[in-house]
Amino acid sequence: MPTVSMTVNGKSVSGEVPANTLLVEFLRETLGLTGTHVGCDTSQCGACVVHVDGKAAKSCTRLAVQCEGAEVATIEGLANGADLHPMQEAFRENHGLQCGFCTPGMIMAAVDIANRHGGKVDEETIRHELDGNICRCTGYHNIVTAIAAGAAAMGK
Amino acid sequence: MSESGIGAPVRRTEDQRFVTGNGRYTDDINVAHQTYASFVLSPHAHAKIKSIDTKAAAAAPGVVAVFTGQDVADAGIGGLICGWTIHNKDGSPMQAGGHPALALDRVRYVGDHVAMVIAETLAQARAAAELVAVDYDILDSVVVTGKAKDKDAPQIHDEAPGNSVYDWAIGDKDAVDAAFKAADHVTSLDLVNNRLVPNPMEPRAAIGDFDPGTGGYTLHTTSQNPHVARLIMSAFLGLAPEHKLRVIAPDVGGGFGSKIFVYAEETLCVWAAGKIARPIKWTSSRADAFLNDAHGRDHETMAELALDKDGKMLAMRVKTVANLGAYLSTFSSAVPTYLYATLLSGQYNLPSIYCEVDAVYTNTAPVDAYRGAGRPEACYVVERLVETAARELNLDPIELRRRNFIAEFPHETPVIMTYDTGDFGASLDKALELGDYADFGKRKAASESGGKLRGIGFSTYIEACGIAPSAAVGSLGAGVGLWESAEVRVNPTGNVEVLTGSHSHGQGHETTFAQFTAARLGIPMDQVSVVHGDTDKVQFGMGTYGSRSGAVGMSAISKAVDKVIAKATKVAAHLLEASEGDIEFENGSFSVKGTDKSLAFGEVSLAAYVAHNMPEGVEPGLKEGAFYDPANFTFPAGCHICEVEIDPETGTTEIASWVAVDDFGTIINPMIVEGQVHGGIAQGVGQALTEGAVYDADTGQLLTGSFMDYCMPRADDLPSFTLGFTETVCPSNPIGVKGCGEAGAIAAPAAVINAVTDALNIKDIAMPASPATVWQAIQSSTKQAAE
Ligand code: FES
Ligand code: FES
Repeated sequence: MPTVSMTVNGKSVSGEVPANTLLVEFLRETLGLTGTHVGCDTSQCGACVVHVDGKAAKSCTRLAVQCEGAEVATIEGLANGADLHPMQEAFRENHGLQCGFCTPGMIMAAVDIANRHGGKVDEETIRHELDGNICRCTGYHNIVTAIAAGAAAMGK
Repeated sequence: MSESGIGAPVRRTEDQRFVTGNGRYTDDINVAHQTYASFVLSPHAHAKIKSIDTKAAAAAPGVVAVFTGQDVADAGIGGLICGWTIHNKDGSPMQAGGHPALALDRVRYVGDHVAMVIAETLAQARAAAELVAVDYDILDSVVVTGKAKDKDAPQIHDEAPGNSVYDWAIGDKDAVDAAFKAADHVTSLDLVNNRLVPNPMEPRAAIGDFDPGTGGYTLHTTSQNPHVARLIMSAFLGLAPEHKLRVIAPDVGGGFGSKIFVYAEETLCVWAAGKIARPIKWTSSRADAFLNDAHGRDHETMAELALDKDGKMLAMRVKTVANLGAYLSTFSSAVPTYLYATLLSGQYNLPSIYCEVDAVYTNTAPVDAYRGAGRPEACYVVERLVETAARELNLDPIELRRRNFIAEFPHETPVIMTYDTGDFGASLDKALELGDYADFGKRKAASESGGKLRGIGFSTYIEACGIAPSAAVGSLGAGVGLWESAEVRVNPTGNVEVLTGSHSHGQGHETTFAQFTAARLGIPMDQVSVVHGDTDKVQFGMGTYGSRSGAVGMSAISKAVDKVIAKATKVAAHLLEASEGDIEFENGSFSVKGTDKSLAFGEVSLAAYVAHNMPEGVEPGLKEGAFYDPANFTFPAGCHICEVEIDPETGTTEIASWVAVDDFGTIINPMIVEGQVHGGIAQGVGQALTEGAVYDADTGQLLTGSFMDYCMPRADDLPSFTLGFTETVCPSNPIGVKGCGEAGAIAAPAAVINAVTDALNIKDIAMPASPATVWQAIQSSTKQAAE
């Protein structure tokens, strides 16, 4: 079995896993980081979104070994100690989640949207950018509000 | 109103763990020495099983055990049940076939469970499942609702001749026939309520565990009602006695009905954990969820509305064929009967209604309750008929509705419901104002000048929540009563645990119930925590579905809080040396009327536990439980207005605006209620525009078996919503709440299709009104106009 090493949430980690292990499996099963979820098997839902080398990526759609040496960030690493990241705070403040299952992927995708579009990102852009993330609970209304608020707060 | 009082938009307690990735869903849990299960599923819609050879699978690396239907039958495990017996028109009980957890000699739909393979790793379990050799004799299948009863349709269950589960009727046929004869106008529609796949984002999962030391079983599972699951597994399937089976539903990632039911997989994980004396974990893939989670809707309906020349409604006649799939799921039989036809009066004064429902077996996944469960189908029939009648009579659809609104309460409908309260005109007025109806013409003209077609559609819905008065549902065939339980435990230091039989899988009970309890007890919200979803902690509960947790679950909490306050008042009176009648309880403090003597809630609870100085005959401690059995259903109602803009070149429908004004009675947390409405509307828009489960008519294969083929609404399919509320307080429960979880999904499909047909100026269009369907409708109406 190959050994894979990467940095996850700022810590170097390594593990011996079968070569066909997905990044999301490595995170959830090997590292016990269960905040990243699996909602589908066709790369459609975005419940598994993490950041790889600073960019949003579906962790169900790449192998752990492809991330050798990469910097991976998951939902667990987003807050600064007890202080929520502005995007986490915006989701909480704007009721951008219900069952919470899509939420880690949504928040990681949202941070990426804010990184790319800045603090003044408009509703249409947000809705368009969310085409890789499905939420069955919220009807997206409050997610869109939350992302706009979170992006604005990140810009400050 | 304080910052966290009743009516305040308090931010949710549970969000801290969800936004930080610390939620704990079933698949996040691992148990020491666990094994993994994979199921062999039928690739055929209908086939005889000639033989199953498990030898190769059993010998594969890592395999711990392989079980077939025969093993389960030999162990005396009962089949999966349907808990509601519907009666045929002639009074005989419905014709129900058996549902073994693993198929015995026949498979009846693609995805039917054939064998269970358990191995040390998931990869090994999956690989070995491929090695189970099943020899099938393929039979003809039928998947189309309207064809199930055809003479040449294959027979699916021996117990159900002609694939008929039941033929049921409600209402006065003679009165309806007479009214139709005398009518000036009859509007008729043939409607299909499309089959949907619930698709909560968390797939179902289960971990079965057995403790040989105690003989006890534990099941972690994705359930909306863990106690009911335990009751069924214990009393009907015979897996273990109730006191030896603990069911835990931890964080659950959405349900929408699909996690109410007891399925084969969790049942088998419990049973097999005992057989192998090791824990077994199973997590559904999305592909399997499409095949095996109970689907929703799937009706074919002929509906007629009789009116007089002034647009006064005289009678309604409805004939529905409901597809229940290959087996009867847990509550399936009740959905197209008592949850459907009883709502056909809508918001209208209808003197007579007659509805016949034929429920049929087909070679498809079982169909059961999905968000709204019967009421979206009813609302679709009523609101499509009303809007179409208005167009045929050349009346404003608003005006036709107003002429027929029920205005006096209580109102008894011809389909056994007694509406307790409401103000339908008020929600309609408010919606018209918020939606700026007066200027619709201008908006339509503006769309047209941009080459787009604009339409407006209304849906003035009513639904029934708060299920349900136990005696009433018992008399209609339900196997259980539908009360709820609660326990309020006050700790010595004055903080409180609320144990509830309701289950939260996104609804925010940890916030709303704490908010309610804290407000009643006058203590800070962070002094209250809510416990749910564990049969070892909460004594019993009926769970969460049918928008019942506010009206029924919280009413039980209210009753228990009353008892806590009553006992604490006794203790306080004794300590303050006053008579009980002189004690006032306000803002968390017991005081003697007209004096400055008082004790804080925490001081009284401490005194009750220290118990050095209790009143005569009063036991120590401060903990009370209550069972609340509702006196009536509750009736949320309101008005949704949808405006669409259609691009005639592409057939693409955009929701241009959405206004919803709902009357949910008393609202505890408006932020959470609005979220529920948003999510409901999104699912209703999904049904109307994007979603539809399709089986191949020849092979019975599910063609829409992934998110690539089954179109879930995404953020850019939906607008932001404009919401408003009106309030008539529900008289039948102590809080005045009605329920808000399903209203959006109930109201929305009719509003969308009314808007699309208005834009296209056609009588009807099939759901989902996808771009292809809309484009074709435009082509055929242009062609007709040219002819
Ligand atoms: S799990 Fe659905 S996209 Fe990755
Ligand atoms: S909050 Fe439940 S899926 Fe998005």
